[in-house]
Amino acid sequence: MDIGILEKGFQQHVDAEKKIEAKDWMPEKYRNTLIRQISQHAHSEVVGMLPEANWITRAPSLRRKVALLAKVQDEAGHGLYLYSAAETLGAERADLVEALNDGSAKYSSIFNYPTLTWADIGAIGWLVDGAAIINQVMLQRTSYGPYSRAMIRICKEESFHQRQGYEMMLTLCNGSPEQKAMAQDALNRWWWPSLMMFGPTDKDSPNSALSMKWKIKRKSNDELRQDFVDNSVPQAKILGITIPDPDLKWNEERGHYDFGTIDWEEFYNVIKGNGPCNRQRVEARKTAWEKGRWVRDAAVAYADKKKNKEKDAA
Amino acid sequence: MSNKKNWPLWEIFIRSRQGLHHKHVGSLHAPDAEMAINNARDVYTRRQEGISIWVVESTAITASAPEDGAALYDPANDKVYRHPTFYDLPDEVGHM
Repeated sequence: MDIGILEKGFQQHVDAEKKIEAKDWMPEKYRNTLIRQISQHAHSEVVGMLPEANWITRAPSLRRKVALLAKVQDEAGHGLYLYSAAETLGAERADLVEALNDGSAKYSSIFNYPTLTWADIGAIGWLVDGAAIINQVMLQRTSYGPYSRAMIRICKEESFHQRQGYEMMLTLCNGSPEQKAMAQDALNRWWWPSLMMFGPTDKDSPNSALSMKWKIKRKSNDELRQDFVDNSVPQAKILGITIPDPDLKWNEERGHYDFGTIDWEEFYNVIKGNGPCNRQRVEARKTAWEKGRWVRDAAVAYADKKKNKEKDAA
Repeated sequence: MSNKKNWPLWEIFIRSRQGLHHKHVGSLHAPDAEMAINNARDVYTRRQEGISIWVVESTAITASAPEDGAALYDPANDKVYRHPTFYDLPDEVGHM
């Protein structure tokens, strides 16, 4: 069939709000865009475990420790749902893992910042998971079925992540002056990187238009970022700490908060691999992969042995 | 063994409670069925989502092709007589 006709049919299908499933015809660029986006998303879930794992052994109470452990375990699961979704498009798991471990794959730049204090774990839950949720709520309605279903599952699990982080911030903010100062310091360091999570501004995001047309995305980077700012301001007020942006103020006319300019030079620098922790994160992944090799080999050897035993018995 | 080679892919089906069908929830890689069940338990039932797990190797599933959709499903379109509302009965019959 003529590719023009196929493409037209595809677009009509998408415009009619029908999902695309794995075996349906799709433009090559749609497939490749999705493989890239979903695998980057998966890598982000996996690397996202590292800054938090840093504090598991030092959590201040058992209550906080079980919550953090459960959250980190969830992130591993989210990575797996997403890798599976990418595989429905023909990607190979082994290739995806290799790309992450050799440093060639991208993941969310936020995870290249260090977690210096316990309050950072609260700020990550509140802000980083908060920003991720805004993006993921939109992606629940993405046009590709397997991605959409993974997102629905992830969103269901993710709301506990943000709540436990915010509760942690509340506890610190209602604690001693030192604890409140620690919460403020965490907000100061995580606020701007969280805004960067939504990616470049719309005018610097040339691929966005196509993603919107194919309904992979349904809101632009700037729209999502605005939603995040509007959500966060009243939450910071309840905590009684200050968002580190002198230009942040309510705009009656727009019905939104205005906010200052993001340091895009920092953003592109971190993306290029020069963030505070880029090297450390990839190293940690590689080490985990290498140290886990004997477990993977043992699992295969055990499976083979069992299979042979069954064969002998038959 | 483990480098550059994927473990087989398993499709995971979960029965959420007694009396309901097993439903497809996703997939995962595992070296054998037993470990696929163990992994499925960790990945797909962390919040009491299920009481029973089926794992099926993906390669064992045969699926209908999307392009055969018309041939397979359109013939049902004009068979309204297969639905109860096709038959006119007087109101006094009541629920039937």
